Amino acid sequence: MKSLLLSAAAIAMATTAVHADTSGKRIALSNNYAGNSWRQAMLHSWEDVAETAVAAGTVAAADAFTTSENQATEQAAQIQNMILQGYDAIVVNAASPTALNGAVKEACDAGLVVVSFDGIVTEPCAWRIAVDFQEMGRLQVEYLAGRIPDGGKLLEIRGLAGVFVDDEISAGIHKGIEEFPQFEIAGAVHGDWAQDVAQKAVAGLLPSLPDVVGVVTQGGDGYGAAQAFKAAGRDTPLIVLGNRQDEMAWWSEQHADNGYETMSLSIAPGVASLSFWVAQQILDGAEVPKDLSVPFLKVTQDTLDTTLEGTPEGSVATIDYSLDDAKGVIAGAM
Amino acid sequence: MIRLFATHRILLPVVSLAVLLAATFYMQPRAMSYFGVNLLFNLAVPIALATVAQMMIIMVNDIDLSLGAFVSLVACVTATFLHDTPVLGVAILAGLIVAYAGIGALIHRFDLPAIVVTLGMSFVWGGLAVMILPSPGGAAPTWLRSLMTVKPPLLPMAVVAAILIAGLTHLLIMRSGIGTVLRGVGGNATSVVRAGWPVLRLKAGAYGLAGFFGVLSGMALVGLTTAADANIALRYTLLSIAGVILGGGEFVGGRVSAVGAVIGALTLALAASFLSFMRLSPDWQIGAQGAILILVLTARLIFTRRDKEQS
Repeated sequence: MKSLLLSAAAIAMATTAVHADTSGKRIALSNNYAGNSWRQAMLHSWEDVAETAVAAGTVAAADAFTTSENQATEQAAQIQNMILQGYDAIVVNAASPTALNGAVKEACDAGLVVVSFDGIVTEPCAWRIAVDFQEMGRLQVEYLAGRIPDGGKLLEIRGLAGVFVDDEISAGIHKGIEEFPQFEIAGAVHGDWAQDVAQKAVAGLLPSLPDVVGVVTQGGDGYGAAQAFKAAGRDTPLIVLGNRQDEMAWWSEQHADNGYETMSLSIAPGVASLSFWVAQQILDGAEVPKDLSVPFLKVTQDTLDTTLEGTPEGSVATIDYSLDDAKGVIAGAM
Repeated sequence: MIRLFATHRILLPVVSLAVLLAATFYMQPRAMSYFGVNLLFNLAVPIALATVAQMMIIMVNDIDLSLGAFVSLVACVTATFLHDTPVLGVAILAGLIVAYAGIGALIHRFDLPAIVVTLGMSFVWGGLAVMILPSPGGAAPTWLRSLMTVKPPLLPMAVVAAILIAGLTHLLIMRSGIGTVLRGVGGNATSVVRAGWPVLRLKAGAYGLAGFFGVLSGMALVGLTTAADANIALRYTLLSIAGVILGGGEFVGGRVSAVGAVIGALTLALAASFLSFMRLSPDWQIGAQGAILILVLTARLIFTRRDKEQS
């Protein structure tokens, strides 16, 4: 409630503030990888917001660059090139949290504003728009506690073993279980964030798995889990989804069939547009804390149909954030 | 003109670099300054060192597919042990150089294909790097950071470093006695044996030198990035091979050029920046980098062929 009031206050302030100071400024996006649907949607989101902002005269340019190979050394060179190209701010989704620090420092020393998001950098002079993956795990258990107050056994589908994100989301899920001790993890498999891997892994575990009331996931694995339960002839438990188009399409179908209801949450690729506005705000002279966090994009039964409609097949749900959203996030972190 | 390029193999790499540099300055005049040249080339310094390391291996007719992983491992050691416990750090780095020499000896002693052994070793180095630094981090030793960000008068650090690396390795490989014998191992190992040289030790020496320059490359890289990552330099394997060849070296026969290798590395680094200044789509960039490489090699081939036909 408090944060809602704060963001309302921020929006009120936003309408009074005039932004014209950044009309001559140029912002560049440094991206290290474009090879999956999330990154493609991210680049689209950037293009959309950049096009409108340039047309409206908010900024002079907002160009996107992707390295030809997903390597930190390439991206460091790319950032140094951006300094030479005379950009005023660099928004970066980093290949490595540390290996770009030297180049980022060069940029800061040359007077550029550096905003990192999703793949953040640890260099203190840069801003960070980070994803709170632990919270993403905890929220799932909180939702389940609301739906199934009596609790029960859960199946956990994890991501790719050894990756930081997997550890974080899982840690958040376990934190949630501590908070709501009526739940218990009865089994865990690695779904590698892919539907086919998740389906195979869950199918392999099902014969030895007791009845579960819910499935906690990491995104990209919910549809596969549902297919595995169906193939085994078992009742579909409450599966928390991760905003993928196939997951939401399945949910919509189930809802029409038998009134199935769940929740879906993930990070919207549109976070690139949020980062754009944060960078614009910093250039505008706004006071912005160095550490911000990305809001989750939550899909509920009410928003399912519209979200599904706006999500291309094989992609993931997204929204383009506006200047006011950015101001809300900044105010929330103050 | 053709005769000139064919007899002085170093000319072609020099001309390629000059043309590319002129094009870059034309497209991005801001780069034409002390600050700009340093930004263009400072990340090429570790690549140049890695290319010299690769050159040592190619000089004895082998090829090293583990160099990128090795440089990554060195970077991890530098950002952790060398920073926290300098004595232990130096010992580990020295140990790595000895290990490289050992691999060279092993390859020669059992007549193993270097390409297979080094490919295998790349997984060993990669595994060790992940063990030392499971998640990206560490910190560059202060002295190393100041060395890599030093601002010498007249010429920026990157240029001074490139000249030093090229000059010193040229003296070592082209002018010194041991360098001549080492190139001889690549040229005609049998005659080197007949002349009474211990080829086993020479090969170990060449690999040891490669290890030494690999260590310098990893350290220089950490000095620039300020922290390490177990995968930080994987690209260096192929970049270094391309750099040696672009610089006028050949895969067999001990025909390498130290100055050429450094210029080759600079050219590759510059080509990437040039293509990015051109706003070429990333899908085309790798292809375009390859095209530049093929263009230079074709030019070289044409010069040597024409020269032979004329003579």
